[in-house]
Amino acid sequence: MSNFILEISYLLGSISFILGLKMLSHPETARKGNLLAAAGMAIAILATIFFHENEAGEPIGNLIWIFAAIGVGTFAGYLMAMKVKMTAMPQMVSLFNGMGGACAAIISIVEYTSHPSHDIGFLAIAFLGLMIGSVSFSGSMVAYGKLDGKINDWRSNAVRMFNNVLLAGILALIGVGVFSPDMIGEPIVWILLVVSLIYGILFVMPIGGADMPVVISLLNSFTGVAAALGGFLYDNAVMLTGGILVGSAGTILTVLMCQAMNRPLLSVIFGSFGGGGAAGTGEGGEQVVKTISVTDAAILCAYAKRVAIVPGYGLAVAQAQHTCHDFERMLGEKGVEVTYAIHPVAGRMPGHMNVLLAEADVPYPKLLEMEEVNPQLPSTDVVIVVGANDVVNPAAETDPSSPIYGMPIIQVDKAKNVIVMKRSMGKGYAGIANSLFFKDKTRMLFGDAKDTLGKLVSELKQM
Amino acid sequence: MEELISFFIENKEFIYVIILSIFLGVEVISNVPAILHTPLMSGANAIHGVVIIGAIIVMGHASPDNILAIGLGFVAVVLGTLNVVGGFVVTNRMLEMFKKKK
Repeated sequence: MSNFILEISYLLGSISFILGLKMLSHPETARKGNLLAAAGMAIAILATIFFHENEAGEPIGNLIWIFAAIGVGTFAGYLMAMKVKMTAMPQMVSLFNGMGGACAAIISIVEYTSHPSHDIGFLAIAFLGLMIGSVSFSGSMVAYGKLDGKINDWRSNAVRMFNNVLLAGILALIGVGVFSPDMIGEPIVWILLVVSLIYGILFVMPIGGADMPVVISLLNSFTGVAAALGGFLYDNAVMLTGGILVGSAGTILTVLMCQAMNRPLLSVIFGSFGGGGAAGTGEGGEQVVKTISVTDAAILCAYAKRVAIVPGYGLAVAQAQHTCHDFERMLGEKGVEVTYAIHPVAGRMPGHMNVLLAEADVPYPKLLEMEEVNPQLPSTDVVIVVGANDVVNPAAETDPSSPIYGMPIIQVDKAKNVIVMKRSMGKGYAGIANSLFFKDKTRMLFGDAKDTLGKLVSELKQM
Repeated sequence: MEELISFFIENKEFIYVIILSIFLGVEVISNVPAILHTPLMSGANAIHGVVIIGAIIVMGHASPDNILAIGLGFVAVVLGTLNVVGGFVVTNRMLEMFKKKK
């Protein structure tokens, strides 16, 4: 009977994951979908605790420890998730993903060490689960560190070469462990753990910061596969379906993100990004940027008919979304038509900007996607670029030698005037120069985005 | 070779489930608008927290004198819970932002 309840709960859990993912991909139902999947997860977990029996028919023991661990995890997870700023969301996802990967790796280790077996299927699954889980864990931690600014990029083609050798080595090691288990014996599991962790670190290290969302999405699907392998280990249907669903959905999501940036997945992983940016500044001669004062910028906007704001990560870092909304509302009161032009990969993750601006109560119809905005730009009087860089770099369209060549951009250089708000002349996340800043119609407005927007608002108030 | 064949025969239901789930995952996700990429990734991230079930099983059937299994199992359950709870709460927070506008 208890087995029946367990299996029914797992079935319900699997269905809730499928429906949840489906609902998550539509704006109106997304929130319900998330809650549905969470409910299914709760059912599956509780059913496991109370109804799971091993082959000998024994129920789950060590209940105090299990509940203590769940208590600690729930408390910490809830606190972290509630406290994190919206701007730090991508790092958070990466961190939680790493936790799942580590969990999968540990399961494989314990299973292997406490159930010695020579069964090929068992060994292969345990080793693969260990490897994928560990890579996902250490890779996610590096991605977290990079997005949080704790770890710098380290681009080197030698590392990439070494990585491929290392990967081949790991797979060979797994082969040995599976087909002649006595050759190395039990220590193999620890060797495998260490080399997989190293591989995960080196795998993410050379990948440019601009590609980080793609990497997180990829590692996310890795963890899904690791979870599914765990399901194989325990003949557990809900782990299997949940893991595989995330594995395949995550892979497709990764591909969709790559398409949004017009970057083939393979070149994200194996090719290098940045470095060849010298061509960006071409055109010869000393290049000088022109600056604009806050007052002039305010006047320019106030007397424009149509203004478009292009937000980027700078806006997020400065926590300027609320001030930006104030600015946009002030202009609106003066009869200026203001819209936001959102590049699909603005910020650090697709959709990141939408979340941030929604947090500041910007009405939805004002957020225009790149395809809608580009045709309107020639008739737009002023474009204000707030902390964006690569997504407005004309080199993506004009300079075949640029590393971002081919990425669709917001064509701000078609507008009549461009004001670029930046903290400094620093390069964008992709590390390439931007010829937009040197154009005749471009004016630079240096300073912290929140600060500058605040000043613009008070200027507008005085008019 | 024989071992491979018997592995396949023994696990053929699971292999079916895997293949069908792969197609299902692809099907369910296609047509998602770009603005939902981040919440969707985050939601999927929470779902792969099902590994926690494996961690619970490891811990629940470890004999009390197996310190390694209990200790590692404890860590695994904590990490898995972090993944599940944190993942769903973060996703919910993101989606709340979308909700209140009209």
